[in-house]
Amino acid sequence: MKKFIVKQLLQIIPVLFLVTLIVFILVNVTGDPVSLALPMDATEEEREAMRVALGLDKPLIVQYGIFLGNLVQGDFGDSFKYQEPALPIILERLPATLELAVAAMIVAIIISIPLGILSATRRNSFFDLFITGSSVLGKAMPNFWLGIMLILLFSVSLGMLPVSGRGTFAHLVLPAITLGTGIAAEMTRLIRSSMLDILGQDYIRTARAKGLVEAIVINKHGFRNALIPVVTIMALQTSTLIGGTLITETVFAWPGMGQLLIQSVNARDMAVVQAATFIIALFVIFSNLFADLAYRYLDPRIKYD
Amino acid sequence: MSLPTQTEKIAQQAIKKPKEAGKASKFFSSLFKSKTGTIGFIIVVLVVLAAIFAPFLAPYDPAATNVASRLKPPVWMDGGVAGHILGTDNLGRDILSRIIVGSRVSLLVGVSAVLLAGVIGMVMGLISGFYGGFVDTVIMRLVDSFLAIPNILFMLIVLAIMGPSLTSLILVLGGITWVTYARMVRSETLSIKERDYVRSARAIGAKDSRIIITYILPNVISSFIVIATLNVASTIILEASLSFLGLGIQPPDVSWGLMLSDGREYLATSWWIATFPGIAITLTVLGIIFLGDWLRDVLDPRLKAKKG
Repeated sequence: MKKFIVKQLLQIIPVLFLVTLIVFILVNVTGDPVSLALPMDATEEEREAMRVALGLDKPLIVQYGIFLGNLVQGDFGDSFKYQEPALPIILERLPATLELAVAAMIVAIIISIPLGILSATRRNSFFDLFITGSSVLGKAMPNFWLGIMLILLFSVSLGMLPVSGRGTFAHLVLPAITLGTGIAAEMTRLIRSSMLDILGQDYIRTARAKGLVEAIVINKHGFRNALIPVVTIMALQTSTLIGGTLITETVFAWPGMGQLLIQSVNARDMAVVQAATFIIALFVIFSNLFADLAYRYLDPRIKYD
Repeated sequence: MSLPTQTEKIAQQAIKKPKEAGKASKFFSSLFKSKTGTIGFIIVVLVVLAAIFAPFLAPYDPAATNVASRLKPPVWMDGGVAGHILGTDNLGRDILSRIIVGSRVSLLVGVSAVLLAGVIGMVMGLISGFYGGFVDTVIMRLVDSFLAIPNILFMLIVLAIMGPSLTSLILVLGGITWVTYARMVRSETLSIKERDYVRSARAIGAKDSRIIITYILPNVISSFIVIATLNVASTIILEASLSFLGLGIQPPDVSWGLMLSDGREYLATSWWIATFPGIAITLTVLGIIFLGDWLRDVLDPRLKAKKG
């Protein structure tokens, strides 16, 4: 196990390195930070001074070295919009995004676990067809459109919930449902097929043969084993979840990292974009590692090699 | 020109024709056996027809503004105007016409981006799986690092730098989503290259390129087509999302995602602006998913067994 973790951690290093390289290339090679940072009518001298100040007169490889050196110290440069270091600006927005992501995950779990199990145990029934159909529909619907429709129904027509912003629990309801149902659609399908897999196993037949109550067979022998892939799937949804917060936060004006990122991309505030992208990539990479470990821990049949 | 070859040609044509007709009828009889496959096929055909004949089908010029008839509700509601079946938007543009014309962008972007991604991913996956070793490690770590950055974020950054346009949208979508295909093709290649017929080909001295093209590619292609079809669906949603966020299609061009972003502003008074383009996206994507699922059952029966 230890050897496996070390091996996985070692594999992360080149990936992280490549992520920084991608982010660096994107921002520093393809764009022109000087013309992005200065007004249109800046003189050539001003541009040159800016270039020297930003270190852009140095060879690219040196620039990348400096970028990496600063990154290790948590210094992503200053946001030119806020005139402050980029990292704290992002960390300030992080709790709002985590709140939304966790709430969405709870919504997804509450919806998908019971529905996935029930539709597997009642395979090919009307209920199963309805749930399978709904999860396809959930996949086909653009998530942000669902959000807009929920605003239309619950905020505009019924006036029950606030349209946008953050603060009370009522503010959280619609964004969490929007983001959560998108993930629930995928999870329900996977739980159903994972459960079907398990219910066909010999030990389920044995459990039934020895006269156990069906509820115990399903819960204890079936569901607990079906959970193994589900845990992995949940961790692997991190990227989707964070990608989803970008757009959900924009729809609901939720003051999180996603909204900040969209604003920063639109304002070409690249220091913030770089920092946020790097942090998100870290999150995704480590949750994928966690998924791998959890899978191996929960299912001892898998060997570490 | 010698007589025998001509006779051969005619004979070949004679043999070929009924065979092809048989294929087509086989295709449709298999398609119509699946309810969802049929629905998907019909939706996709309708959307393709709408996109091709958009200028003739759209009752109005999708960009024509008309202040006098702005924010008119659909025709069945109080205040609806006879000509505008699905109502008009904040600039008095006809919603139905914009939805019909918007199908062009969705399909064009969806299909071209998938083709681009598919070609890149196929080549990378074949090389990675076939040669293994250092090349494989480099390509797979690159794939991992692409997967570490959420698609939509990656795309937003590149679009912000390249400047949003139809071409850059296709390039960005294709240039980022290729990793899915690379992974799939690589893992298929890994198992196929160990099969006996590939070993025999190698034993008689076939070149690498020949082995890849004649023995491995044909065996990867059916799973590839299934994934590509389903990815047209997710690419259409991505295009809509990017256009909604303002970094995709730019006005005065028409896109369903762009219409949703207009509609978001007028939600309190005019529900129809944001509702109908969303229905158009959902139905189109649903049709493609249904068609893709049916293709999977036909082309890749192994997956059907797994699906349960």
